[in-house]
Amino acid sequence: MSEWWTYTLSDIQSFSLQTWYRLFERYNAAIWPAQIVALALGIWIGSGLHLPHRGSGLHPWRGRVITAILAASWLWIAIAFHVTRYAKLSWVAMYFAWGFGLEALLLIWSGVIRGRLTFERRPDAIGRAGLSIYLFALLVQPVLGQLLGREWRQIEVFGVAPDPTAVGTLGILLLATGHTRWELIAVPAIWCAISGATLAAMNAPAPWMVSAAAALVVILAAWRTLATSRTSGTSTNG
Amino acid sequence: MTPTLTRRTLLSSLAAAGAASVLRPLSPSTGRRAILTRPIPSSGERLPLVGLGSWITFNVGDDVAARDSCARVLAAFFQDGGRVIDSSPMYGSSQEVIGYGLEKLGRPKQTFSADKVWISSGARGPGQIEESRRLWGVPRFDLLQVHNLMAWEEHLPALFAMKAAGRVRYVGITTSEGRRHAEIERVMGSQPIDFVQVTYNVLDREVEDRILPLARERKIAVITNRPFRQGPLIRSVERHPLPAWAREIDCANWAQLLLKFIVSHPAVTCAIPATSRVDHVRQNVGAAYGRQPDESMRRRIVSHVENL
Repeated sequence: MSEWWTYTLSDIQSFSLQTWYRLFERYNAAIWPAQIVALALGIWIGSGLHLPHRGSGLHPWRGRVITAILAASWLWIAIAFHVTRYAKLSWVAMYFAWGFGLEALLLIWSGVIRGRLTFERRPDAIGRAGLSIYLFALLVQPVLGQLLGREWRQIEVFGVAPDPTAVGTLGILLLATGHTRWELIAVPAIWCAISGATLAAMNAPAPWMVSAAAALVVILAAWRTLATSRTSGTSTNG
Repeated sequence: MTPTLTRRTLLSSLAAAGAASVLRPLSPSTGRRAILTRPIPSSGERLPLVGLGSWITFNVGDDVAARDSCARVLAAFFQDGGRVIDSSPMYGSSQEVIGYGLEKLGRPKQTFSADKVWISSGARGPGQIEESRRLWGVPRFDLLQVHNLMAWEEHLPALFAMKAAGRVRYVGITTSEGRRHAEIERVMGSQPIDFVQVTYNVLDREVEDRILPLARERKIAVITNRPFRQGPLIRSVERHPLPAWAREIDCANWAQLLLKFIVSHPAVTCAIPATSRVDHVRQNVGAAYGRQPDESMRRRIVSHVENL
């Protein structure tokens, strides 16, 4: 596209908010009752992250299962949402599908195959924020849409809809043990930025919500990275 | 029971048919008789002053209910005398939805199909055009335009060859939002195009300086896009009452006032507002009926809108 820098998102935003909402309405009807399964798995993940446990971190198998569920969600959305439905409105959706597929592969490689993704109930601010962001994506974000004027049939559910899945994944990743998982944070954070901009271009209510959640995660993750490096620096020097 | 055809009934039917042909195109919604047209300078063929765009509004995917709604918009558009429908491969499913609507309406013969080629590879242009034609379901396009001047050096020779072979009737170029006007002028000055499509509305009037005069000089038809700035312009003016003097040019609403400003420019052939609503398409096409603003009224419209 020539002079691409002169284009704003509203210049290339090719469908209306009404069409976007209808997309979810028809998607929900087509995949029913997958939403119930996704919600149940989401609650299971939440309880696993929240419940008291022994030792440091959850059991490794639980980390594998949580990661496998997340990967399955990202892959499902890549195919069932982006390729099968969203791509009929916008050619860009095919690139989104590749992004979601990449995130699924990264989760499988890191968490399922190598088993290096475990989660812990962290008592600090980052841990509380991570769990809160996850619960927000699972329980609050879908309902907020209805409060802002969407019909309940157009609901976006964690595990099958891109926005709550991306936000929820970011929340969970804040609870990952060890170093900050930037390689896993990148795709959902980018998606949240794109989604927020898309919603803003369509004059959707509260378009900043998804982007703000992602920005919060990135800030907290950066804070955690800095804190970790300082701690390791102190211990090395000491 | 089969009605009996008598000499009297035959004559009265013929008289009624004759009267209908004189009066057509009749706009049921506006109650006015003839839609205003302007000639395509390169051929003399006349087009209604208001057409129909499809950016955003017709991109509804495979949603049958939404497609039927778009078909109703098309039906109202044709019913009120509209002809020019504009789309592009860039517009998602819009071409397919137009094809669906045209099929549902029995392929109205008055359709003036305007589409675009939008691909960076000149070699892949013909394939994209053929796919667009298949989606529309038309035997050939009336107008093919190079979208946003993308690879125009490669596409224009192919489009001119198609025109020579009778596979398209007119060739044009497009831009929007004031981009690449210098290049648009160069193409207008050097290539035998029939149409140029630019953004023009009561607040975006840059084309008045050079492009519209050049179009008249070079006998190039002008299609104007973004008449309402994709919505914000009309939403902002609709917060205010329609000035009483709008009735002097037969405007019943803001859409018609804004559109009449555009199509009353003598270089403009046709404006292409997009909408997904039947009441709006009727309002829009209504701008192609009745009295049009003269130069002093045009200045009055600009002044009024700028001061809102």
